[in-house]
Amino acid sequence: MKKRFIWPLGIFLVLLVFLGIGLQRNPQEIPSPFIGKAAPAFTLTQLEAPRENFSPRDMQGQVWLLNVWASWCTSCREEHPVLLAFSKEAGVPIVGLNYKDVRNDGQQWLSRFGNPYLVSAFDSDGRVGIDYGVYGVPETFVIDQHGVVRLKHTGPITPEVIRSKLLPLIKALSHA
Amino acid sequence: MRSRTFWHAFMLVLALLGTPLHAASAGDAAFEKRFTHLTEELRCLVCQNQTLADSHSDLAVDLKNQVREKLAQGQSDQEVLDFMVERYGDFVLYRPPVKGLTWVLWFGPFLLLLAGLAFLLLKLREKPSPVEASSPADLARAAALLADAPAPKEKT
Repeated sequence: MKKRFIWPLGIFLVLLVFLGIGLQRNPQEIPSPFIGKAAPAFTLTQLEAPRENFSPRDMQGQVWLLNVWASWCTSCREEHPVLLAFSKEAGVPIVGLNYKDVRNDGQQWLSRFGNPYLVSAFDSDGRVGIDYGVYGVPETFVIDQHGVVRLKHTGPITPEVIRSKLLPLIKALSHA
Repeated sequence: MRSRTFWHAFMLVLALLGTPLHAASAGDAAFEKRFTHLTEELRCLVCQNQTLADSHSDLAVDLKNQVREKLAQGQSDQEVLDFMVERYGDFVLYRPPVKGLTWVLWFGPFLLLLAGLAFLLLKLREKPSPVEASSPADLARAAALLADAPAPKEKT
C-alpha cells in the first residue's frame, strides 16, 4: 500500500472508534453526583397514610432501593411488573418516591396495578426529587446500610438491568 | 395653617411611599437580570440542548422557581450554581468547567489546529520532487510548436 494512504486511513480508524463508543452510550444517562455520598435526608408523608411520615433514616442498617415513580409516568407502567416480581423475589425493600403526583391518583395506581413498595413517600411539589437530582422518572437509587447512594439507574428497570446491575451490587453490599 | 400641615404630612407620606416603591422596581430589574443570566448558564436536563431559560418542561419550571427563590433569599449566583451542580453534576452547567476530564474538550480543537499547521509547514518545506527529464521526442515536438510551425499530426 502506498504510504500516503496510511495517514487518512489511520485518522478514519480513530474516528470510527470514537463514533463507535459514542453509539454505545446513552446520552440521557447523566452521571449522578450522588454516588458514594450520603442520600439526602428528607421527611415526607406516606402516600397511603397521610398522617405517617417516612424518612430515609428509617431504612438505616439495610440495603434498599429508592424508586421514583408517578401515576402520570408512562415508563413507570412499563417498569411496574418487573418491580413487582423483583419485590417478591429479591428480599430487598423498595421504597417509592411518588414524584409530583396527586395523592388520590397515586393511591389508585397502586391498588390497580399492585404495590411493590414497602412504603411510598409522597413528594407532591417535587422538592425531594430535585434534592435527589431527579430529571426523568422512573429513576432508581441503591442505598446501602449506612445511607450511602451506591448506584443510580435512570429509566425503567428491566430484567436485564436487574441481572447485570442491581443483583451483583446488592449481593456485594449485603456481604460487606 | 391647618391645610398647610395637612399638605406637609401628605407630601411626607408620598415621599415615604414613593422611595421604597421606586427602589424596589430598580431592584427588580437587577434581580430579573441576575435571574435571566443564571438560567442561561444552566442546562435543562430533560431537553438537553436547551438552557433552563429557554425550556418550558415541567422540571425546568420547577428549577427556575428554585433559582428565583434562592436569589430572593439573598443567595449569591455561585451558591445557586453550586446547589444545581451538587444535584445534577457538571452536566447542568452550560459551560463545562475546565478540569482534568474536560481538558480535551476545551483545548483539543486548538491542539488539532496546531497539528494541522505543523503538517502544512512540513509539507511546504519539503523539496519538490525532481522533474523527470523529457524524452527527446517530446522536446522535438515542443520545439516544433514553439517555432510556430503547424503541429505535426498525431499518428494514430
